[in-house]
Amino acid sequence: MAIEPAAPATRPGGFSGADLRADFPIFGQATRSGKRLVFLDAAASAPKPQAVIDAVADTYAHHYANVHRGIYELSEDATNRFEAARRKVAAFLGAPSEREIVFVRNATEAINLVAYSWGRANVRAGDRVLTTQLEHHANIVPWQQLTREVGATLDYVALTDDGQLDMDDLRDKLAAGPKLLAIAQVSNALGTINPVTEITAMAHDAGALVLVDAAQSAPHMPIDIGDIGCDFMAISGHKMLGPSGIGALWGRRALLDAMPPFMTGGSMIIRVTLEGAEWNEVPAKFEAGTPAIAEAVGLGAAIDYLTGLGMERVREHEHWLFERAWKALGEIPGVRRLGPDDPEIHAGVISFVLDEAHPHDVATIFDAEGVAVRAGHHCAQPVMQRYDVPATTRASFYVYNDADDVEALAGAVRATQRIFGG
Amino acid sequence: MDNLYRDFILEHYRNPHNKGVLDPHDLHFADSNPTCGDEMSMTLRVADDRISDVAFDGRGCAISQASASILTDELRGMTTDQVREMDPRMVLDALGVPIGPARLKCALLSYKVLQGAVRGGQIEWPEEAEVAG
Repeated sequence: MAIEPAAPATRPGGFSGADLRADFPIFGQATRSGKRLVFLDAAASAPKPQAVIDAVADTYAHHYANVHRGIYELSEDATNRFEAARRKVAAFLGAPSEREIVFVRNATEAINLVAYSWGRANVRAGDRVLTTQLEHHANIVPWQQLTREVGATLDYVALTDDGQLDMDDLRDKLAAGPKLLAIAQVSNALGTINPVTEITAMAHDAGALVLVDAAQSAPHMPIDIGDIGCDFMAISGHKMLGPSGIGALWGRRALLDAMPPFMTGGSMIIRVTLEGAEWNEVPAKFEAGTPAIAEAVGLGAAIDYLTGLGMERVREHEHWLFERAWKALGEIPGVRRLGPDDPEIHAGVISFVLDEAHPHDVATIFDAEGVAVRAGHHCAQPVMQRYDVPATTRASFYVYNDADDVEALAGAVRATQRIFGG
Repeated sequence: MDNLYRDFILEHYRNPHNKGVLDPHDLHFADSNPTCGDEMSMTLRVADDRISDVAFDGRGCAISQASASILTDELRGMTTDQVREMDPRMVLDALGVPIGPARLKCALLSYKVLQGAVRGGQIEWPEEAEVAG
C-alpha cells in the first residue's frame, strides 16, 4: 500500500508548492549556476504554467482570427473564446458585469486610461487628486501628469515607520476633498496590504472616487469588487500566471459610459463619417484596434489554474511562506526587513537590506546560488526615499514556492554575508 | 562568484580611494544608474590642462564603488583630452573581473560621471556590444 506523502498536509494552503513546480516548464531547466531555480520574483512577473502556454499556442494554432467582425466560423470561435476570457476576469474580480471589463495591456495602461479619459474630463484647475507614498510609479506618474496638465494638486498619504498608511494623514488629506483616491491594495515594494474596503468607504464619505491598483493583490488573494466598493480596478495578467501584454481595467458602468475614449480607431466606433464618429458601447469604446486575443485566452487559462487551487488557499499558502521567511531573515544578524511585522497585513513580498552589501551585489551573489530576486527601487522610488535606502533586495512568493525556497533564501543571505562580512 | 567579488574589489569597496568632495574644484558632475537609482558625483581640479586632483562621492554597490576608486586613481597627471578619449573598456580591464550585462552600468557609472565632467554634459551609456569582450 502506498504511503501518502506527509508534506502537503502540513501546509496550510493544502497544496505543496514544490509539487506544483511540475506544472511550470521553467522549473525543469538548469540555471547557469547549475543549481535548481529558486524563483522569488513573482512580484515583477510570474512564471507560466503549461496550461497557460498551451491555451495561447492552441488559440494561435486552431482558433485564431480577428474578433468581433468576421462572419465566418473561425472569427466566431475566436470571438467566443475572447469573450469567455472577459467573463472569467469579471467573475474572478467579483465584477457585477463583464461589460465593465476593459482589456488593456497591463495595470499601467489601465491606470493611464482612467487618468487620461476620466481625469481630463473631470479634474479641473484647483482640484485635488490623492494617492499614497507607497505606490508603484504606475500609480504616481499618470496622476502627476494629469494634475500638472490641468493645474490640479496631487497629494500623497504618508507612511508609518513600519510601512503602513498613516490613517490620520489619510483622513486629513481626504478632508481636503480630492476628486479621486488612487491606491494600491498591496504595495509591490513593501508587501503591505492596505485595508482598501475601509479606505474606500472613507473616501466615498469624503466625496472621492476610488481606483484600486490590484496588480499585486489579484494574483495572490480573493478579490471582490462588490465587497471593496471601489469605482475602478486595474490588474496585470502577467503577474497572475498569465501572458504579458494583457491586463484589465474594471470600472463602474455609469462612469465608463460617461468617459470619452482613450485610444481611438477601429472597433471602438459605431459610425464614422468624414465629419466625425460615434462611439461604440463599453467595453468596445475603450478597445481600439485588434486586441491581444490569444493573450486574453491565456489569461482566462491562468484564472482557471488559480481558481482550481482556490484563492483562499493561495493566500493561506503565501501567508505561511511569509511567516517562515520573515522569521528566517529576522534571525540573521545584519538583515533589516522593511514593512509591517503582522502577517495579516503583509503579503508574500519581503523587501530587505543587508548592513554590508548593496542590493545589487546581493542579487548577483543570489543569482550564483540559483536564487532569482529583484534588487533596486522596484519602480517605487518614493518608498526608498521614505525609508532612506537607495534600493532594497526583494523576495516575492507565489504558489510554486515552498519551505525549501525559504531555506535557499536564508542560505543565499548567509553566502552574501560570508563574502562581504570579512 | 569568487570571480567577481575578489578581495581587491571588496577592499576598494570598504576603503575607497579618492572618496569625498573637493572644495574648491574646477569640474563637477553627477549622474545616476537608472537601474538602482544610485547617484555618483565627481569633483576635479585641473592645472595647466592636467588633472591635479579628483574625488568621487555617493553610495553604491561594490562594483560601482570599486570602479570609481580604481578609475580615479588613474587620473592624476592626465590631460582633459586624454580623459575625453578614454575607452570605457579601459575601466572594465582595470576592474579585472568578469562584468555581465546586468552589472555593466554599475561598472561604468564612474566612467559616465567622469566623461560628463570633462565634456561639460551628460554622455549616453556605452553600448553593451561596444564594450563587450
